[in-house]
Amino acid sequence: MSTRIVEIRQNILNKNDLLARRLRDGFTAAGVFTVNLVSSPGTGKTAFLQRTLKELLERGTRVAALVGDLETDNDARRLAASGAPVRQINTHGRCHLEAEMIESHLAGWDVADYDFLFIENVGNLVCPSSYDLGESLRVVMLSVTEGEDKPLKYPGIFHSADLAVITKHDLAAACDLDRAALLANLEAVCPGRPVLFTSARTGEGFPEWLAWLAERRAGWPASGGS
Amino acid sequence: MHELSIAYSLVEAAAEAATRAGAQRVVAVQVVVGALSGVATGALTFCWEIATAETSLAGSRLDLVEQPVVVYCPDCRQEGELAGVQLFRCPQCGRPTGDVRRGRELQIESLEIETAVCDDAGGAASAEEAP
Ligand SMILES: Nc1nc2c(ncn2[C@@H]2O[C@H](COP(=O)(O)OP(=O)(O)OP(=O)(O)O)[C@@H](O)[C@H]2O)c(=O)[nH]1
Ligand SMILES: [Mg+2]
Ligand SMILES: [Zn+2]
Repeated sequence: MSTRIVEIRQNILNKNDLLARRLRDGFTAAGVFTVNLVSSPGTGKTAFLQRTLKELLERGTRVAALVGDLETDNDARRLAASGAPVRQINTHGRCHLEAEMIESHLAGWDVADYDFLFIENVGNLVCPSSYDLGESLRVVMLSVTEGEDKPLKYPGIFHSADLAVITKHDLAAACDLDRAALLANLEAVCPGRPVLFTSARTGEGFPEWLAWLAERRAGWPASGGS
Repeated sequence: MHELSIAYSLVEAAAEAATRAGAQRVVAVQVVVGALSGVATGALTFCWEIATAETSLAGSRLDLVEQPVVVYCPDCRQEGELAGVQLFRCPQCGRPTGDVRRGRELQIESLEIETAVCDDAGGAASAEEAP
């Protein structure tokens, strides 16, 4: 026997990354712009998405959604009330969605029927950042009740997103939101990335959000993915 | 905790690579973990024994190499290493930059393997005999 070192240089999330790449190619070919929403539990992903689906449907945009949770189909039922096709992904203990779960839950759907596919990830600011789902864009969300320092505490996920959405802005005064500190922290972990202040309750920020989405979709896929 | 599932993916990929390289036994697996990869090195080390149990990698060592974030500064026209992952600024001039060149990776860098001694010699000999 002899011992030697063999150079490998192979990515470890290989399987997920390969599948995500295939999904992304499929979404691009089908013309469906896919958005992955990540945040901690309770930030307001479902509330934000409910309003987004409703407003897009009212404009005649074709939308669908997948929503991940450890257990329960509460979020899928809330989202389905918008009238959009929605499917729940129960991860049964897994704290994030993986590309494989997206693929299996799209079975029987022709994604070419949709302009946008929204994916609500499991509430978690750590693990989802390591799992590419084939999305065109990643949106990280943070509510005003969570504290301005969260970007510094979870830099990985805040760095990885194409847009930062601040939710529950209607509660900003009650929470003594330090807007300047929040913006500085977001900027520190990801210079130049856009930030939107929104409220699913009042509708604040939704015109800007929908305009931004439309603009990104118009420049896609030439602009590349996340 | 996704380190266990990462450890399983890692073991699977390393085992395939080891087979391709003609390994009789895997002594060590060297893995580069970028500061932005989202992987906790302690947790990954902790999972290693469980993930390798009853595989061809059982008893192997996991060597982790932590890779800091390296950004490119368009003003200085050079790369610079960040001290952490909370402030994306050029370490030379302080200009904010999100142009990440290294630090996202999570990859098997190399394998330390044991192979049969005359493997190469045998291959060469049969090649010579062929014509
Ligand atoms: N005031 C206010 N409350 C909100 C807003 N958006 C969400 N909420 C409330 O925040 C709570 C959590 O909202 P969800 O939409 O369920 O949050 P989520 O991120 O989907 O939660 P998980 O999927 O469990 O991680 C609910 O009680 C919502 O009514 C908002 O814009 N303003
Ligand atoms: Mg939800
Ligand atoms: Zn510089």
